[in-house]
Amino acid sequence: MANDKTGQHILRQFDDDLESIRSKVMSMGGLVEKQLENSLIALVNCDSQLAEQVAMNDYQINAMEIAIDEECTQIIALRQPTANDLRLVMSIFKTISDLERIGDEAEKIGKNAIDLATEDRSQSYFADLKHLGDMVKVILRSSLDAFARMDVASAYETAASDKNINQQYELIMLNMINSMNESRASVELCLRIMWISRALERVGDHAKNICEYVIFTVEGKDIRHASFQQAINDFK
Amino acid sequence: MSVSNTLGDEKVCLECKDFSLFYGDKQALFDISLQIPTKRVTAFIGPSGCGKSTLLRCMNRMNDLIDNVRLNGEMLLNGEDINHKKVNVTDLRRQVGMVFQKPNPFPKSIFENVAYGLRLQGLNNKSELHDRVEASLKSAALWEEVGGRLQDNAFALSGGQQQRLVIARAIAIQPEVLLLDEPASALDPISTLKIEELIFDLKSQYTVVIVTHNMQQAARVSDYTAFLYLGELIEFGATDKIFTHPQEKQTEDYITGRYG
Repeated sequence: MANDKTGQHILRQFDDDLESIRSKVMSMGGLVEKQLENSLIALVNCDSQLAEQVAMNDYQINAMEIAIDEECTQIIALRQPTANDLRLVMSIFKTISDLERIGDEAEKIGKNAIDLATEDRSQSYFADLKHLGDMVKVILRSSLDAFARMDVASAYETAASDKNINQQYELIMLNMINSMNESRASVELCLRIMWISRALERVGDHAKNICEYVIFTVEGKDIRHASFQQAINDFK
Repeated sequence: MSVSNTLGDEKVCLECKDFSLFYGDKQALFDISLQIPTKRVTAFIGPSGCGKSTLLRCMNRMNDLIDNVRLNGEMLLNGEDINHKKVNVTDLRRQVGMVFQKPNPFPKSIFENVAYGLRLQGLNNKSELHDRVEASLKSAALWEEVGGRLQDNAFALSGGQQQRLVIARAIAIQPEVLLLDEPASALDPISTLKIEELIFDLKSQYTVVIVTHNMQQAARVSDYTAFLYLGELIEFGATDKIFTHPQEKQTEDYITGRYG
């Protein structure tokens, strides 16, 4: 997982420290992915047991965030990282915070899945929702891959793909509003689907943030809140 | 070399233009072009033998006394070449003071150490001398510790106090530039912090150029940093930029501890 552009530190222990937190971030990312995946399986398969398990497992992600946070703090205190090392540590601080929030969103989806387990699945809402879920799984996986390889090109591409997720989310919103206008009986179901869509859309945003941290780590450039198109043009 | 246009509106005090130095056949500095801003702290960093001390010493012609030294290019102080024939070295060193790695007080009293340069300038009025010595010791953050024992021998002071005394001696004659060659490397961490705090205060009145092996020290005290390697200037820029996002890979490798 070593960054190709940078050699080893003279102080080998520092390399070990950085490698250790990087691999912990990857484990945390893997766990977060699993949680999201399970919450979506629970939703689609009406598996309230799995949904409960997702809600129960969130504490593990929280614990990992705290542990990695602690290690980053120690690296700053003991190694005084600079330049790309500093940018990596700062990016890890932020990445784990986004991962923890993705975990929270998975937990939310799980809780809503429990309530939806008894609902009729014949309506097309669920197909749209599943499609959104699939898109979000892909963006999360790509952002974690970009992080693991510190791959800027892939980070730009992945971050740009978030707009497709937003479009899908808007589409579901529109459908839900129409459904609720048509039938008051569908309000509760529609609201739950909206909450889940919202949670998925937020996961997309967090994945995009992770891509932005990769770009910051490698290029030293903070593209948050900048015009994304401008950032991509600059990159090219 | 990477020189981002970081100086912006800063006024330039010292400037090297395609400056090269040879010790006999051996070239030690290669076409260095660099602007040192007025009333800012500029740090030179780089591995041993990279030329940072050599470059610093060129700024008040300390290399004049070494045989076989040949210079190319210009070293300008306020636009005037300091190596020009008409420049009087003593006058130059009055404008550009220097402090070395090891404190080198004279074997005299604390008072006489600081008064020395003033006496050379012809100042003999007792009360005026006392005022200037007191002001210098205050500027060097030493007055509180030695104000009551000015007649003690300077060697009775601790290493950190001696170094601040030497700085007081240097600023007593009100130079424009202060060159510091690893001023804290022989000091304990607390004395080092006192020197660093002093450097921060000094820049309100003086242009400070510091050579340091301690990169964190460069990061703490300087506004601008120049990274030299094998006699070449690799990168010069604002210190916060150099330490978070240097432009050159060699700089990045060096400050992150990957050099070598």
